[in-house]
Amino acid sequence: MPNHTVTSFDDELKSVAGRVSEMGGLSEVMLTDAISSLIRMDKDLARRVIAQDKRVDALQFEVEEQAILIIARRQPVAQDLRDVIAAMRISNDLERVGDLAKNIAKRVIAIEGSFDSKKFALGVEHMSELAQEQLKAVLDAYANRDTDSAANVRERDDEVDALYTSIFRELLTYMMEDPRQISICAHLLFCAKNIERIGDHATNIAENVIYMSTGVQPADERHKLDETGVETGTAR
Amino acid sequence: MTDTTAQTGGAVATPARKGSLLEVDSLTRKRNAAEARFKMYGLSAVIVGLLFLVALLATILSNGTSAFTQTFITIPVPLERAEIEAAEKSIVKTSKYRAIIGTAFANVLSSAGIETDMSAKDLDKMMSSGAAASVRDFVLANPGSIGTTHTFDLLASSRVDGYLKGRVTREDLINDKNLDAAHLDIVDRLNAAGIVQKRFNWQFIFGADASDSRPEQAGIGVSMIGSFFMMLVVLVLSLPIGVAASIYLEEFAPKNRFTDLIEVNISNLAAVPSIVFGILGLAAFIQFAHLPQSAPLVGGLVLTLMTLPTIIISTRASLKSVPPSIRNAALGVGASKMQSVFHHVLPLAMPGILTGTIIGLAQALGETAPLLLIGMVGFIASNVPDGVAAGFLDPNSAMPAQIYEWAKRADPAFYERAWGGIIILLLFLMTMNIIAIILRRRFERRW
Amino acid sequence: MNEMPVVDAEAGTLLPKISAKKVQVFYGETHAIKDVDLNIADRTVTAFIGPSGCGKSTFLRCLNRMNDTIDICRVEGDIRIDGEDIYDPKVDPVQLRAKVGMVFQKPNPFPKSIYDNIAYGPRIHGLSRSKADLDEIVANSLQKAGLYEEVKDRLDEPGTGLSGGQQQRLCIARAIAVSPEVILMDEPCSALDPIATAKIEELIDELRENYTIVIVTHSMQQAARVSQRTAFFHLGNLVEEGETKEIFTNPTDRRTQDYITGRFG
Repeated sequence: MPNHTVTSFDDELKSVAGRVSEMGGLSEVMLTDAISSLIRMDKDLARRVIAQDKRVDALQFEVEEQAILIIARRQPVAQDLRDVIAAMRISNDLERVGDLAKNIAKRVIAIEGSFDSKKFALGVEHMSELAQEQLKAVLDAYANRDTDSAANVRERDDEVDALYTSIFRELLTYMMEDPRQISICAHLLFCAKNIERIGDHATNIAENVIYMSTGVQPADERHKLDETGVETGTAR
Repeated sequence: MTDTTAQTGGAVATPARKGSLLEVDSLTRKRNAAEARFKMYGLSAVIVGLLFLVALLATILSNGTSAFTQTFITIPVPLERAEIEAAEKSIVKTSKYRAIIGTAFANVLSSAGIETDMSAKDLDKMMSSGAAASVRDFVLANPGSIGTTHTFDLLASSRVDGYLKGRVTREDLINDKNLDAAHLDIVDRLNAAGIVQKRFNWQFIFGADASDSRPEQAGIGVSMIGSFFMMLVVLVLSLPIGVAASIYLEEFAPKNRFTDLIEVNISNLAAVPSIVFGILGLAAFIQFAHLPQSAPLVGGLVLTLMTLPTIIISTRASLKSVPPSIRNAALGVGASKMQSVFHHVLPLAMPGILTGTIIGLAQALGETAPLLLIGMVGFIASNVPDGVAAGFLDPNSAMPAQIYEWAKRADPAFYERAWGGIIILLLFLMTMNIIAIILRRRFERRW
Repeated sequence: MNEMPVVDAEAGTLLPKISAKKVQVFYGETHAIKDVDLNIADRTVTAFIGPSGCGKSTFLRCLNRMNDTIDICRVEGDIRIDGEDIYDPKVDPVQLRAKVGMVFQKPNPFPKSIYDNIAYGPRIHGLSRSKADLDEIVANSLQKAGLYEEVKDRLDEPGTGLSGGQQQRLCIARAIAVSPEVILMDEPCSALDPIATAKIEELIDELRENYTIVIVTHSMQQAARVSQRTAFFHLGNLVEEGETKEIFTNPTDRRTQDYITGRFG
């Protein structure tokens, strides 16, 4: 794409995209660290994750601020407008990803005593790997305006959902086996839910990447595979 | 759309900090000095021009104002029936009248207590040779005055007039066969007695030209009428023709080689020496069309030819100066080309057209050379033409031609009248220019 | 004349008010408009955008044959209004221009009174039978142009004494006065301040109900605001024509995208 006649406009757009990428990197790291701290029950690491969230929030605020300025001063249209709008939405999603990672870290601190983390957290770890992969893929797609891999991420959200359903059943089984484990399993269940939500945000980001580069808002034909609510009869 | 400077904007070096604004650097000083010098040159040029103008006006006024006064001798003339009847019967009628006036003049002298041994004939030389004619004219116009004594203001001769105006001195009269120093003594005493006086000379403004021997009688009035009829012809012909031609050329004519040629030729015509138009008029109007010679009609036609290019050029310029947005506006609401020109463009161009026309007329009014060739320099001593047709067709002169004619004559008394004529001509030109300025002011609009 | 929208019997769809096919315009040797095919819908605002010299104004001026006044300009192709070829030798451009009004870039009221400015068109077209008729036309036109309240007490004052925005609305009223069906606007706001521009844009939006409006503008924001359809011209070509909301969010052609985002070059 050729440069704008007004070069500072290009600089501003690049600066917004750069901040979004930075947010993406940070939230990726936060997710990874939060999962590591959960598996190793590393409360220090968890605290560091919580501290990092402040930076993500600040970045999101900056992205929003810049995007508003661009809209006010440059009145972007077409590609530029979609870039700015996508940056705002994606930063929003990434901020939520950061929040969810922070929430996992908080639970690590909250969980009392020890547990057989290997046994319980195996499923969660597996699920988080998938979510991390998705997040990484979608952030690469954003950086490269790669609609194909974004579409791919969107399709693969089902896998995360499916994993979540199976973890839900597994943890339910543990809780029935040993009521003393209910507290810890509940925490883990929330962590799994958070990861599943992160997967959803990755999907949202993927949709915004597609919108950004094609101008088409993807129709929501994705069917949710979250059958837990149906299964248990409890509202999610 | 490409703005390369914007893309290389970063590469532009930031300017080094300049010195204090309170110190003027040498380059600026030089520039300022050059500017001050240029202003001075311009001012001196204007002053030189003004000086020339003042000198010109001063010369004209100092030489010409005296033409507007004339010396008159006040004489009560007894108009006795017997003498007048005798005079009317004789062959040279005015000479008898002359005798009557001579007697009356001698009586005036003696009653004023002025002793002289001059003969009546010598005394008569102090009076204009036209004096007798004016007395006779009065008697013929007022038969009822016969038998009474009427007081006439009779023209003094040009020598006497020149003496009172300081143009003629006693030394000048040594070789003069008409007047000698003794006459001037009488004039001095008559002047003191109030019998010989300078008065405003209406005859100069309204009268006709007079022969070489009677400069005191000569007036510019008849040639003014000649000029008036010529201007009438010029106005009536050149304004519509010029405006129509310009509108066609400017608004309707296709732009091609032919119209370019016409355009160039019109510009060239404006630069053609006026005498060329004169010879053209002579060949076309007099020799070919057999129009009367020396007639204001022919003069007007020639001057029309000369004025047309001026009017066309100024009209086209003022048509061009009407903003195209007005034309577009008119066409946009569905006016035809002609409607847009006549409803909108022409009214807006009118002040310019009128100014151009008046300036063209003023030029024509002051033109002499072409008139020489069609014989409008004839000596016209007759009075006001009787009727409009006669005004156009009778031989006449024109103001500038009359002035030229006077300037040619030997008697210095005519020289004074030439300057006086120039004052009148300038007054006319000034009036026309003022009218032009007023028209421009009144009709000028801003868009 | 055609009060009822013309319906294409075969397709059963609305025929466009103006349809141009293979339009070429030459200025002397310069090929100013190349093969433009464009349909302009009735009672919509169509905006022509594009860089300077792209031919948008030239094309606009083809629609009421204002180009006829330029000697060296030659128009080829087929332009129809309500199915009638406006370049047919039988068509008188003067009559055409009463049907297709025009508003220009610079407000150009006649140096006459406000009343006469508007009354001029109806007078030369013989649209009024009496003074009362004319008064009504003038008042109506001013009302439609949203100017009546501002000038009703000074109709005999010169139109040139109004402010720039008022002058432009006067020009629009003048165009409306001859009851055209199409109004062409050639950058009508380029000489106006933002408030006056907003008023004109509001007016354009109201006029859309009764008139087919084609507007040439250099302001892309303006095109985005006032038009329903937008056509992008570049180097004498019609690059893209479509719904304004499409053009400004997701244009198809790369050149359109580059132009509207300010990347031209």
